[in-house]
Amino acid sequence: MAEITLRGVTKVFADRTEAVHELDLDVPDGKLIVLVGPSGCGKTTVLRMIAGLEDLTDGTIAIGDRVVNEVPPGDRDIAMVFQNYALYPHMTVYQNMALSLKIRKLKKEEIHRRVRDAADVLHLQEFLQKRPRELSGGQRQRVAMGRAIVREPQAFLMDEPLSNLDAKLRVQMRSEILRIQKDLKVTTVYVTHDQTEAMTLGDLVVVLRKGQLQQVGSSEELYERPANLFVGGFIGSPAMNLVEATVTREEGGTSVRFAGHRLRVPSEVLDARSELAAFDGRPVILGIRPEDMEDGALVPGSDPGSRFPVSVALREGMGSDVFLHFQIDAPPVMTEDTRELASDVGDKAVQELQEQASERRATFIARVGPESRASLGSPVELHVDARKLYFFDPASGRSIGEGRDAAPVHAAGALAD
Amino acid sequence: MKTLEEKPTEEATPREPARRGVTRYRARRVSYKVAMYAILFGLTAIILLPVSWALTAALKPDLEPVFTPTPEWFPTEFREWGNFRRVLTDVMPFLRYMVNTMIIVIASILGVLISCSLVGFAFARLRFRGSKVLFYVLIVTMLIPWQALMVPQFLLFVELGWYGTYLPLIVPSFTGVAFFIFLIRQYMRTIPRDLDDAARVDGLNTWQIFWRIILPLSTPVLTVCAVFTFLWRWNDLLGPLIYLDDDSKFTVALGLANLVTRADTPWNLTMAANLVTVIPTVLVYFFVQKKLIGGIASVGLKG
Repeated sequence: MAEITLRGVTKVFADRTEAVHELDLDVPDGKLIVLVGPSGCGKTTVLRMIAGLEDLTDGTIAIGDRVVNEVPPGDRDIAMVFQNYALYPHMTVYQNMALSLKIRKLKKEEIHRRVRDAADVLHLQEFLQKRPRELSGGQRQRVAMGRAIVREPQAFLMDEPLSNLDAKLRVQMRSEILRIQKDLKVTTVYVTHDQTEAMTLGDLVVVLRKGQLQQVGSSEELYERPANLFVGGFIGSPAMNLVEATVTREEGGTSVRFAGHRLRVPSEVLDARSELAAFDGRPVILGIRPEDMEDGALVPGSDPGSRFPVSVALREGMGSDVFLHFQIDAPPVMTEDTRELASDVGDKAVQELQEQASERRATFIARVGPESRASLGSPVELHVDARKLYFFDPASGRSIGEGRDAAPVHAAGALAD
Repeated sequence: MKTLEEKPTEEATPREPARRGVTRYRARRVSYKVAMYAILFGLTAIILLPVSWALTAALKPDLEPVFTPTPEWFPTEFREWGNFRRVLTDVMPFLRYMVNTMIIVIASILGVLISCSLVGFAFARLRFRGSKVLFYVLIVTMLIPWQALMVPQFLLFVELGWYGTYLPLIVPSFTGVAFFIFLIRQYMRTIPRDLDDAARVDGLNTWQIFWRIILPLSTPVLTVCAVFTFLWRWNDLLGPLIYLDDDSKFTVALGLANLVTRADTPWNLTMAANLVTVIPTVLVYFFVQKKLIGGIASVGLKG
């Protein structure tokens, strides 16, 4: 087991696209770190560079104390799990798992022992003599894991290993991977585009965008203190509601105005976000998480300054929560970040964003308690937990007041923006 | 044929109205099958008729005319089975020729499989400077007819002192056959690249990836190449005719041709020899036909 250290890692492909830009990253020994980001953010390239399947244009990668830039993949003492499993179709499950050991000229008994052990851990004993095509998707996935485990490597590299499974199996395998990783305590780098997977699995989550590091931190840190608009919009489901707003200092306190509404900003927020004072009277981007809003009727007697009226356009009952969709009288935030976030969701989301922009009416989602009586078309007053408002600088997209503070302690900080 | 035994006439009489639709459907399916088999039998007959004619001729005694005014398609009298024995022993050293041909065929198959799979692998899986240009050059060489190369190649092999040996018939296979390289490359390109990556992480070098991963997965296309080489070499007349001068080294095709070129061709024996010659190719096809059809279907359509 070893830590993995990336310093100034840059990858420029032959067609001159820069996939990764001066990435600094420390993967602590025995931890599971998740690289997450929209497609094309360079996360898989980073993983392939660690594996040695892709050359570095610049920078160094070290596994343990050893710089491995020039070390071929097979000698890096790492094991990789591929998105489509990449099992050798002409070999049995046993042979698939044993191949790397055979290449290393291990003794037959040792190979046998390791394969048996891995098969026990993964409940694959009865499939050892079968070929991959006779197995289900979940079983193949386990074989791919087994092939990695038998190596007893210094690090596991996993490239979206669950993306080919159906939703139910994915959740099951996710906890399986987590269990195995905790048992074996092998340093693991895990790539996914699924933020739920990232949040639930990772000791540390690394958010990448266009080859640039956005933020490194625990799930909670990313959720509570996103370094910038991109991370704020990317982490959380449903996504954070974003709108252009102005912060004004008035008699009796500071408030934020957006789309004809006004919310009081509590003094504790101002204290925590000292930079906010500099934005007095200037536009900011206000972020409100759906779960930080509540049906006003369920919070009787709350401060009128934390409420604003809306008209429900769509009600989705989830059983445990109710999602209320409503429109606000302001255009959606159109920055490069929000466009990219939308395009990651899909073409339809981009189209919707553009429609909302042309109509100058953004759609918000509030996640309220199941007792809410709010119904379609009815006016509702929403209560906002004003202590959990997010503010971003429209020019740079940086979080106002804590962008720098949120830089992770145990991992190298964000890069030059 | 099973459906035909189901006595469609009985089923065609409807007993109750509700079943009428089903019965009609069945009747249609049966008649469709009957038509299918009729067509297939017809086609098979067309193909087998000449063979049957050859058998008729092969069973005739010496000097009895073979080319009758109305062709005798089917053997009427099974008189001279001995002709087959005579072909194998008396008329020419047939077994010797068989062995000779087998030597050339097996060596050629080996050569084709080794050289073409290696070159195909390089074109399909390795990145190297000029690979595209080289591949196009290779494709272009397929356009040069063998006849154009015949004379210079002959001069070259004579110069090398290979005239009268099997080397000119075998060695070219070891230098690669453009068409097979093309087939193999196309096939290998369809094998997912992730397998190479997985193998590299597993510690395999390029040679091991070729030998342990790509080659075993390419058996369908390799079978196609092997069978084609077998057929071409087995039936090849021109090559042995040019390069072999010693009677004891002749191939089967050459032996057959020599039978015909005599002034008084013993047609009955020639036809018997013909039939015997065909047996190995039929056998080969019989045993590998599944792989062959699968292989041909999977080759070159993708990638």
